[in-house]
Amino acid sequence: MGLLDQKFDNANIVVTSMDNLLNWARLSSLWGMQFGLACCAIEMMATGASHYDLDRFGTFFRGTPRQSDVMIVAGTVTLKMASRIKVLYDQMSEPRYVISMGSCSNCGGPYWEHGYHVLKGVDRIIPVDVYVPGCPPRPEALMEGLLKLQEKIRSESLARKKSA
Amino acid sequence: MTAQNISDMLRARFGDAVTGGKLEGVPDPWITVAPLRLREVCTLLRDDPAAAFDVLMCLSGMDYGGGKLGVVYHIDSTTQRHKIVLKADVTAADPRVASVESVWKTANWHEREAFDLFGIVFEGHPDLRRILMPDDWEGFPLRKDYRVPEFYNGMKVPY
Repeated sequence: MGLLDQKFDNANIVVTSMDNLLNWARLSSLWGMQFGLACCAIEMMATGASHYDLDRFGTFFRGTPRQSDVMIVAGTVTLKMASRIKVLYDQMSEPRYVISMGSCSNCGGPYWEHGYHVLKGVDRIIPVDVYVPGCPPRPEALMEGLLKLQEKIRSESLARKKSA
Repeated sequence: MTAQNISDMLRARFGDAVTGGKLEGVPDPWITVAPLRLREVCTLLRDDPAAAFDVLMCLSGMDYGGGKLGVVYHIDSTTQRHKIVLKADVTAADPRVASVESVWKTANWHEREAFDLFGIVFEGHPDLRRILMPDDWEGFPLRKDYRVPEFYNGMKVPY
């Protein structure tokens, strides 16, 4: 609450711009679609649990893409799963963002050389906003990825087309 | 029963279905069986009270190189406390093996995996289709002469 409660000195009026308001609203309540595929899912669950709480960022996991803002692709993306990921991404409504968590969804990870069944990076099928490296990334790394996404949203504008 | 006893019992009953094996000098002795006679051999191994192999521990496909494929069965007996390995050798030109799914139900998925990754066809399997790879995948990935495809459904596969 460090943003708003300093501003009500004289009157209960806040003047801001539409951009700031929309961006602040979007980044403060990024509802994630739970998309744990493999080992990174465990770290994502750990990040969402009580020690490294994600709820304090306004993020909690929804089961359906229709109600989510951000899809955290956590884990190895196999070719069999890739078509399903594309369908789910298309079902998310805008504004939508993608965080690619872990080596496997960034670039194929340890399966880059011999993985005949692995899609070498989820950015081959959907546009990614933030890449979080690690195998698996620590919870703090995933939180930094989320904060970086929040910075990216903070700099958006209604006048400019959204980048991803 | 030792491996020799089991091999003798099978030879006495089935004669030419047993085509060899290595019964000593290795930690897991094995008996090689003719691939198309496998179901009757395994039915005897499960039902005979002295053998009583009631658990199929593992069923794996193998590619020995040079177009030679095979299937390896590890079977255990929980009552008699012995175990044995069976091997069935086939070629890539004629990769048919009798299915043991009617003997040990766990072979259902194991044989689907061997079919999916090696192309070994199990005759008598009720539902032989791919289990790990997508249904429209072409080729059998774990064969030694497998080449990774360039594209699958519009997605580039190599790095």
